[in-house]
Amino acid sequence: MPTDAADTAAAPANPLLEVSDLRVHFRLPRAARRRARRAPDLPEEAAGIPRGDTVKAVDGVDLRIAHGETLGLVGESGCGKTTLGSAVMGVRPEARGHVRYRTAQGRVIDAAAPAPEDVAVYRREVRMVFQDPYASLNPRMTLLQIVGEPLRVLLGVTGSELEDRVAAILARVGLRPDHLRRYPHAFSGGERQRVGIARALVPGPRLVVADEAVSALDVSVRSQILNLLQDLQAEMGLTYLFVSHDLSVVEHVCDRVAVMYLGRVVELSPTAALFARPLHPYTEALISAVPVPDPRLRRRRPVGPPEAAGARRDRRERIRLRGDLPDPSAPPPGCPFHTRCRHATDRCAAEVPPLREIAPGRLAACHYAEELSLAGAP
Amino acid sequence: MSIATEREAQAPDDIPPAITGRWSSLAKEVLGTPRVVVGLVIIGALVLMAWIGPLFSPWEFDERDFFAFRSPPSAEHWFGTNTTGRDVFHMTMVGLQRSIVIGLCAAVATTVVAAIVGAFAGYYLGPTDRVLMWITDLFLVLPQFLILAILYPVLRGSEWPVFVILLAGLMWMVTAKMVRGMTISLKEREYVLAARYMGVSSGRIILRHILPNMSSLLIVDITINVSGAIILETALSYFGFGVQPPDVTLGSLIAEGSRQALAFPWTFWFCTGLLILLVLAVNLVGDGLRDALDPHSRRRS
Repeated sequence: MPTDAADTAAAPANPLLEVSDLRVHFRLPRAARRRARRAPDLPEEAAGIPRGDTVKAVDGVDLRIAHGETLGLVGESGCGKTTLGSAVMGVRPEARGHVRYRTAQGRVIDAAAPAPEDVAVYRREVRMVFQDPYASLNPRMTLLQIVGEPLRVLLGVTGSELEDRVAAILARVGLRPDHLRRYPHAFSGGERQRVGIARALVPGPRLVVADEAVSALDVSVRSQILNLLQDLQAEMGLTYLFVSHDLSVVEHVCDRVAVMYLGRVVELSPTAALFARPLHPYTEALISAVPVPDPRLRRRRPVGPPEAAGARRDRRERIRLRGDLPDPSAPPPGCPFHTRCRHATDRCAAEVPPLREIAPGRLAACHYAEELSLAGAP
Repeated sequence: MSIATEREAQAPDDIPPAITGRWSSLAKEVLGTPRVVVGLVIIGALVLMAWIGPLFSPWEFDERDFFAFRSPPSAEHWFGTNTTGRDVFHMTMVGLQRSIVIGLCAAVATTVVAAIVGAFAGYYLGPTDRVLMWITDLFLVLPQFLILAILYPVLRGSEWPVFVILLAGLMWMVTAKMVRGMTISLKEREYVLAARYMGVSSGRIILRHILPNMSSLLIVDITINVSGAIILETALSYFGFGVQPPDVTLGSLIAEGSRQALAFPWTFWFCTGLLILLVLAVNLVGDGLRDALDPHSRRRS
């Protein structure tokens, strides 16, 4: 589904959604703060015990999403991508900064601090598809009630009109409309996720935040749901913020990809360019962790980066990151990734690399983005 | 695979399979448990006996037989008579009616109060939770009989519905804590998040999304509370804090009969036996329901 938006990429001129300097900081409970103060220099192995007062789940993120594009948001567990997604949904009172959304009427709503009359508009136009189709549908409600709830709450639709619209959207996502009065337990995982998508789309949104929308599904069903999402995007003019930890899915559906690490965006590039030649060592590590399904491909692949073809360095050598994600309440100084980066220097430990434009439309937060030649996907 | 192929794959089951609702499949499972069936049969028999029995009794509720004081069971007085010559059978049946009604009402009231308090505390957390749980703990630690002794002069002479409220007031705390815990775990479910993200009001989320998902727990709780309420009612009446004469319950009958249980056993044993039978039957149903509704406890007992 790549669109024109993918080319102008990094800073679409008239974005649908503009996230600027978004910070979501959680102050730790008192007991945790006290423990942190009492033992300031715990050994590195004491993982899970926060050492600071505040967890910076999202720490200064800037993103722009153009109308009609699909922006992927990837990163490992705990990097803040789900928190960012929920901040975009406008349900994080802790969020500081701006989440500016342009409505269908051209008005701009800041989801981080919306005017009371804008809340309903925002909730109608920005909707979410959840991760787990088994947990996201209330087992005590029928499909009519589940999918009809947004219509009733957001638009005040009732009665037979409600029923008609729910039946129509169910048909659109590939479910039989005569299933209206059934309960979720009668459906498979893939069908349930279709219900979840119908619930998101029924009030006619323009931006859809898909938080790991296919991660809980079987591989065989996953592609069906991805195809459905792409069809719906084309048909209804949707824009997606696609949160995922699965790079192969992101590669398939996204126009651009933002890579998050420890609450920050470390790379933001058009998908093809990102996978062909990542600019940030963390992106390289993520890509190298994606399993290659074809063993012959693995053997035959040319070795070494193009400029050092004779060096016989196996490009597909898997980069194993050492250690865990650093404690987000006490992030390392300098580049947040330097503790696990194999290219790190003294400069990385001292100086925070800004997210800067390395090539047209490509941003990376690494001091050595130009010099390093990192391996992409096969 | 595309969507189209999946749609085709769905096509063959054009005749929708019979929709077995949650409740009907549950009923099937519950009725397959011998314990529940036995319990239900006993309860049914007791209810029939309590409401229909008095119709066949030749004596009225407060009619006295001045020729038969403390007479043992006979063809005329099936359960004998008491000190004042009243028919023990008729009194016991009326007491059974009262005990069943009070037990049921008190159990429902208890669970409703507990569900509301627990759900609001667990959903809002923070100050709401602290205040509600403080009240809950207060009710838990206050000596109940002392409170009753203090309240007794105020409550004396009031009708049995007041007594139901009193029983509920003594019993809701533990269930409230349980509901609070369940609410805290349920409120993190994605369907609750989905409702919150679309701006559904908190009260509606609690009523539509949280409480229905612990309905099985609440039903089991009501059943178990029925026997608890009946026993508590009996205990209170036994000590004189319960239903006031001339109204009778099993408790007040036991209290009266126990004073002469050795000399005139029929004034004591009939009501006590019925109480034991009733509580046993209710517990059988409650146990069976819990096993049927809660997969974790199934096949363990």
